[in-house]
Amino acid sequence: MSMVADAPLKNAVPTDQELIDFVVSEARLIDQQRFDEWLDMYADDAFYWMPLEWNQTDPRLTCSLMYEDKLLLSIRVERLKGARTFSQKPKSRCHHVLQTPQVDSRDAATNNYVTWTPMHYLETRLDEQTLYAAWATHHLGVEHGRLKIKLKRVDLINCDAAFGNIQLFM
Amino acid sequence: MIRYAGNAAALRALVRDQEVHRDVYVSEEVFQLEMEHMFPNSWVYVGHDSQVPNPGDYFGTTIGTQPVLLVRHTDGKVHVLHNRCPHKGTRITSETCGNTGKFFRCPYHAWSFKTDGSLLAIPLKKGYENTGFEQSHAAPGMAPVRHVRNYRGFVFAKINDGGLDFEEFFGESLSSFDNMIDRSPVGQLKVAGGVLRYMHNCNWKMLVENQTDTCHPMVAHESSAGTVVEVWKKAPPGTKKPMAVEIIAPFMSPYEFFENMGIRIWDNGHGHTGVHHSIHSDYSAVPGYFEKMKAAYGEARAKAILDENRHNTVYFPNIMIKGPIQLLRHFKPIAANKTLVESWTFQLVDAPDMLLERTLMYNRLINAPTSIVGHDDLEMYERAQEGLHSNGNEWVNLQRLYSPDEAGQTNVAVNGTSEWPMRHQFRAWTKFMTMGM
Ligand code: FES
Ligand SMILES: [Fe+2]
Repeated sequence: MSMVADAPLKNAVPTDQELIDFVVSEARLIDQQRFDEWLDMYADDAFYWMPLEWNQTDPRLTCSLMYEDKLLLSIRVERLKGARTFSQKPKSRCHHVLQTPQVDSRDAATNNYVTWTPMHYLETRLDEQTLYAAWATHHLGVEHGRLKIKLKRVDLINCDAAFGNIQLFM
Repeated sequence: MIRYAGNAAALRALVRDQEVHRDVYVSEEVFQLEMEHMFPNSWVYVGHDSQVPNPGDYFGTTIGTQPVLLVRHTDGKVHVLHNRCPHKGTRITSETCGNTGKFFRCPYHAWSFKTDGSLLAIPLKKGYENTGFEQSHAAPGMAPVRHVRNYRGFVFAKINDGGLDFEEFFGESLSSFDNMIDRSPVGQLKVAGGVLRYMHNCNWKMLVENQTDTCHPMVAHESSAGTVVEVWKKAPPGTKKPMAVEIIAPFMSPYEFFENMGIRIWDNGHGHTGVHHSIHSDYSAVPGYFEKMKAAYGEARAKAILDENRHNTVYFPNIMIKGPIQLLRHFKPIAANKTLVESWTFQLVDAPDMLLERTLMYNRLINAPTSIVGHDDLEMYERAQEGLHSNGNEWVNLQRLYSPDEAGQTNVAVNGTSEWPMRHQFRAWTKFMTMGM
């Protein structure tokens, strides 16, 4: 199945529609559990950030739910395949409902494009089904003619609530 | 079916030398008795006084399931009050923490209270004239928790008048707090970085026991720590080991590592793993830190403080601290099968920021609801909480390295994979559960 994720851009500068399609296809790869392809959407020095605080600005000296570089993300993806990953026996499944991503800023000179995507994310395992509401902010850039995620920030509306296990990616 | 209330013998029979009955985890009646007896008879952690630095600052928490407030009074002293209006029971504060100014004002009928809880004013006070109000339960104001102790910033409270005094309750175990605090060049900690909250569908004691369970990491955490080790092996030679790998990889240490690291047993259910070394022993040095410690304490003392590598210190009933990385976990009971875990982190005052950065990284990699290490553990607790309903066997086995003469021994260091600490916690459980019954 062809995906915008691995498609080269038509021009050096991405169009708004290309940015939007890219963000939408990221959610689809997660929902379809195509995690290796998903990981390829991230730049080598990318971070995935889920703040713990409302309007959090500092990921270093304020705790986060997640603040992970590509090494940690790849460990998560490997772990999901593990024969002894008991919290994933049986496996979780997830489902994204996105609003159309909005392009908040685009700067070809610094190769920085930012989109904002309100979304509902549903995770299920066994008989449990949990709904989360969040805003995803993507900081994207072009590398070798393809879009890559430099930073994905997921702000949960109830970021400071007491959650049970959140096992996959939002 | 009531079987345990007022029945000390039945409660005692739940705990045997080498096994405990499943009702200590699954019975709602036993849980209610824990809230009525065991928690009120114990010195329970309330909060750190850096959470309420200024007069009027308050912080809401629980002792067992009872809501209380930690509050800084105008005279600078920290008080613990039952978080309940003496009029009709309304919870006084709307937020978990904040500043109330010079007094608390109940949002329902505007009775107001000084920050030590005493009644300040009632609107239309005349209506209480000649009603004998002075003799009512309401007249004194918000009920204080009478027994409060601030130990170097860590505030504990005991609801019941009976039981042990603070020193008797904690004894030598306070050395773990001392070591954590002494790691600051000025001997001071500050709550920092935010609190992680994680809901567990299991009994609170499963979490407490797990703090000294050293036979599970290499099994349960093969999925997380094992994957870290495997992925890290593929890094090009000479790559600098990232902080995250330093933190997670030691969970995969072999049995021998945990056997040799040792466990210390103190009185009243307290104890710690990591007598000789621990999973925190091999962290990289933080630039500039030792120099500051040396200047503050002298080289020998600074070395002694930092060479202490206690892993988990359990303070019975429901907290654990990690001195080497300044972290405190609070296991808050909600129901027999429900526990809220709060993970608090501390900044060493006057130490480099990188120490706090590492503490926070540890917290989110191990204790967050989004943590893969945390997933491994919670999966096991929840499976146990379900499995215990099987009638095929009503007993939980805690027999590993049992010795018949262990009861009554204190301040001993034993094999690091012993289940002695768990047996010891249950001896304390019986003691505080039935005290005064
Ligand atoms: S309930 Fe608090 S003033 Fe009435
Ligand atoms: Fe564990």
